Amino acid sequence: MTVLIVFLPLLGALLAGLFGRFLGRIGSQVLTCGLLIASAVMSTLLLYKVGFGSGPFTVTLLDWIQVGTFNVCWALKVDTLTAVMLFTVTVISAVVHVYSIGYMHHDPSVPRFMAYLSLFTFFMLMLVTADNLVQMFFGWEGVGLSSYLLIGFWSDRPSASAAAIKAFVVNRVGDFGFLLGIAGIFLTFDSAHLDTIFAAAPRMADQSLRLFGLELPLLTTLCLLLFVGAMGKSAQIGLHVWLPDAMEGPTPVSALIHAATMVTAGVFMVARMSPLFELSQTALSVVAFVGATTALFAATVGCVQNDIKRVIAYSTCSQLGYMFFALGVGAYQAAIFHLMTHAFFKAMLFLGAGSVIHAMSDEQDMRRMGGIWKNIKVTYAVMWIGSLSLAGLPVFAGYYSKDLILEAAWGAHSAIGQYAFWMGAIAAVLTAFYSWRLLFLTFHGAPRADEKTMAHVHESPLVMLIPLLVLAVGAVFAGMAGYESFVGEGRAAFWKQAIAVVGDDPIAAAHHVDGFINILPVGLALFGIAVAFVLYMAQPEVPGRLAAAMPRLHALLLNKWYFDEAYDRVFVRPAFAVGRILWKVGDVGIIDRLGPDGVSSLAYLAARRIARLQSGYVYHYAFAMIIGLAVFVTFYVVGMEG
Amino acid sequence: MSDWPLLSIVTFLPLVGVAFILMIRGEPGVVERNSRNVALLTSSATFVMSLFLWFGFASGTADFQFVEKTDWLPGTGISYHMGVDGISVLFVLLSTFLTPICVLASWEAIHNRVKEYMIAFLILETMMVGMFCSLDFMLFYIFFEGVLVPMFILIGVWGGARRIYAAFKFFLYTLAGSVLMLVALLTMFMNAGTTDIPELLKYSFAPGLQTWLFLAMFASFAVKVPMWPVHTWLPDAHVEAPTAASVILAGVLLKMGAYGFLRFSVPMLPQATADFTPMVYALSVIAVIYTSLVALVQEDMKKLIAYSSVAHMGFVTIGIFTMTTQGVTGALFQMLSHGVVAGALFLCVGVIYDRLHTREIARYGGLMHCMPKYATVFMLFMMASVGLPGTSGFVGELLVVLGTFQVNTLVAALMSTGLVLGACYMLFLYRRVVFGKLEKEDLKDLPDMSGREVLMFAPLVVLVLWMGLYPMPFLDMMSASVDNLIANFETARAAAEASVPAALALN
Repeated sequence: MTVLIVFLPLLGALLAGLFGRFLGRIGSQVLTCGLLIASAVMSTLLLYKVGFGSGPFTVTLLDWIQVGTFNVCWALKVDTLTAVMLFTVTVISAVVHVYSIGYMHHDPSVPRFMAYLSLFTFFMLMLVTADNLVQMFFGWEGVGLSSYLLIGFWSDRPSASAAAIKAFVVNRVGDFGFLLGIAGIFLTFDSAHLDTIFAAAPRMADQSLRLFGLELPLLTTLCLLLFVGAMGKSAQIGLHVWLPDAMEGPTPVSALIHAATMVTAGVFMVARMSPLFELSQTALSVVAFVGATTALFAATVGCVQNDIKRVIAYSTCSQLGYMFFALGVGAYQAAIFHLMTHAFFKAMLFLGAGSVIHAMSDEQDMRRMGGIWKNIKVTYAVMWIGSLSLAGLPVFAGYYSKDLILEAAWGAHSAIGQYAFWMGAIAAVLTAFYSWRLLFLTFHGAPRADEKTMAHVHESPLVMLIPLLVLAVGAVFAGMAGYESFVGEGRAAFWKQAIAVVGDDPIAAAHHVDGFINILPVGLALFGIAVAFVLYMAQPEVPGRLAAAMPRLHALLLNKWYFDEAYDRVFVRPAFAVGRILWKVGDVGIIDRLGPDGVSSLAYLAARRIARLQSGYVYHYAFAMIIGLAVFVTFYVVGMEG
Repeated sequence: MSDWPLLSIVTFLPLVGVAFILMIRGEPGVVERNSRNVALLTSSATFVMSLFLWFGFASGTADFQFVEKTDWLPGTGISYHMGVDGISVLFVLLSTFLTPICVLASWEAIHNRVKEYMIAFLILETMMVGMFCSLDFMLFYIFFEGVLVPMFILIGVWGGARRIYAAFKFFLYTLAGSVLMLVALLTMFMNAGTTDIPELLKYSFAPGLQTWLFLAMFASFAVKVPMWPVHTWLPDAHVEAPTAASVILAGVLLKMGAYGFLRFSVPMLPQATADFTPMVYALSVIAVIYTSLVALVQEDMKKLIAYSSVAHMGFVTIGIFTMTTQGVTGALFQMLSHGVVAGALFLCVGVIYDRLHTREIARYGGLMHCMPKYATVFMLFMMASVGLPGTSGFVGELLVVLGTFQVNTLVAALMSTGLVLGACYMLFLYRRVVFGKLEKEDLKDLPDMSGREVLMFAPLVVLVLWMGLYPMPFLDMMSASVDNLIANFETARAAAEASVPAALALN
């Protein structure tokens, strides 16, 4: 069954990709959707079986690379962590596949699009089922490839192909760390096989590693190298720059890859490697620090963006930060729980935004929306549910997971835990604020679009609405349904050996925090909503005045803290400039002039002067041969004497 | 089958084709058609014959196999000695595999002097295969230099506008190295009294002599690899060479240098190898970063891929000199993979060059709309070049990084920046050629790949994915020889270190 879950999407991708022309639009849509739905149904069964029944298992498929002691296989490892990811990925992916039928209705290359989506799903499933780091890397780079293809799907737009390259290259920077991490792990453990590494890890806790001539603590270094990879994939601060630009891709792609699944791969990887991370307090603190900082940073930027998709993109970035600081305080289960609930409500927000964009004739700027809630009531309701869940209000899915993360941070009783808690708390206000800013700007107030667009505003077809409603069910009930097993009393039986926790259980600590901390997040969210209401409903002229009053702050946020500009100046332009210098000065100016061109002109001169007996290559050959022989013999004789 | 002189058959079968082509007479059109057909048939037959090597090769042993030995110059110790081991056998197959594809690639691109072109190509194949099969240094030297002659002619006669300059530059560089290698060869002969490679492998040269021999051979091999700073012939040679010659140049000729390191420098001169390892690392790391940056700003497609080849070969030289199982295996695998991938990329350039007769990147754009099949194939090879897992490029790079990390983390880290830079220049190239709007008038009705072109790419596509997803058959063939190489190297190093105190005591 596991094999089918993983390979059905690949089958769909291959058939739709290679035979798309014969299958046609409808054929490829039905085929890929059907296979994905089958895969999702089986994943649900598998989650039930692994989580509540038999334990973990591994299916070995084929040898892959075997050189000396380095040995990796193609194998599918299934434990509760994997099963949760399989369930989340296949369900969201199936929903997005169906939604795409409606959304991509006008596009000429539907089969290609469906093939890419299925291909992405396959790589993602390979990533989460990996039983060794190299296969994980296969999935890891594979999802990067699919993301590149899908961001650049509308390759006619220069901005789309630029964003695609940016995504791939920034991810490669992260993968650079990941690859070195794999090399370090192989050097240390003589294996890339997860179970072997985990078994040997405790013995390595106090070892050190010589890296770049420095003596560094072994496990901390390895964890941090891996974490660089996670930062790239999960768009954490510093390597986040690709994610907002990735919104150039079609909206279903944003929902599936850049909100629900691929970007959470970093979270998954750290949770998967928990037996290693648990042995390094320093690495965990770094993870928590980066996560908490990203959570707040991205939320601040999200508050001033005008593109509806970019707001949600920054929100994703911020929520990933929450997951990382949960990991950093050792609350892995909470992080994965939030990963799952977030997948539902964030995918729904994106698809809802897609529905809005669809209705507004491809308009994405919220400044040209407004007053459309009466025309698209289902979408409107769905966006409310998503926002309520995102803000973490009771009953909705996000409440259960996000609340717990903040409690776990507080319950950690450490400096880093406190930092994470307060960053997360402020970010919670901002989250509620930007969510309702989005709702108010998009749906309420006076219409700011032109009349032609307004006349066209229409609810999306059923093929788009039904997926939204499926996700809505998840966004409301996933928290309630999963709470008991993921993070409640049943958690030990549910997770089994999938997640290692050394020492105190942060989840237990989270359940015992003070009452005040319990209700604070909800209070903060309500406060954020109130502010948004005042600024965008009651006194809509205030935001403009605020922006005018603090032009620098506003510009800083609007330009996303100038990360792109800084990278452009520090990396991109110098790379091109240096390349040009090395080429024109290094290769042409120095090497060629001193080398072949110089030699040839010298030889030419010499040939003319010394003798005009012969010309051509034979002569040069003999001449150089004699010179070479003479030089060598001289050196040889001198060398022997000395 | 086993008593057939299989290696000689594979080596000299192309010359039989040459004889047939020489006999062709008649109308120019008929001559051209027949020359093409004979060349394709001969090279395909050679490939089929070489498959017996694949199936007959015993991977459990490091010994030379399919050995043939006949006296050649009696009394001198120089003999006609052929044989392959796990290091060379796959390169024989690579050569015989690429040649028919190259003949197909030249089918329509070459209009003038077709007969001579095909003759040059078949001679080239003989030289390449012979070089990888030689078990006598003298014989090796003849083939090694012999390769240059047809290649020089291919560039000089059928090349682009600046072909004379390129051919000349190519020749000058390789000449300098060749002379020194000949000197090394003679010195070795005078010292050891034989040019037989298995004998030389057993002989241990004095440490001081090793240094000179190493440098002399290094001059020759480094140019072929090519290593920085003797790489500047490659971009010019590639740019001017016809497509098929570029494929062989990137696919096989660049491997001759690295093969030379593995066959001669490392096993015969272990002491010098150890001494010069830091220099090789330094030059290779510079090559990776330097040429990647240069590739980023190229405006000519072939130049860009040529520079990327230098960067990829930097991985290979680092891998060889790590002298770890993973490093050396990775280097060998990377050589094979690069042979296929870079060859395929040059074919990709050739496909559009045949249509528009320009290699200037800026002249293209939006090809995805008119040539979707081409866009897919190009994407696959681009990703293989970038080292995406699942393609052949990844396996080699991963192994080299693993091997290097064991001996020098800094080199491993610096080298890995090549993976990031590689993604930059390749994706940037792809974007400018394939993505974007189809705006240029003359591009609008370019036909997609023809049946012949699909046939040409199909085996390459299969091979790249096979080597990426299930590389075990290839790795198995290499493993015994690589283990043996490393074991001998370590024994020699240990012996040398043990003898140093003894020598001091004597003084």
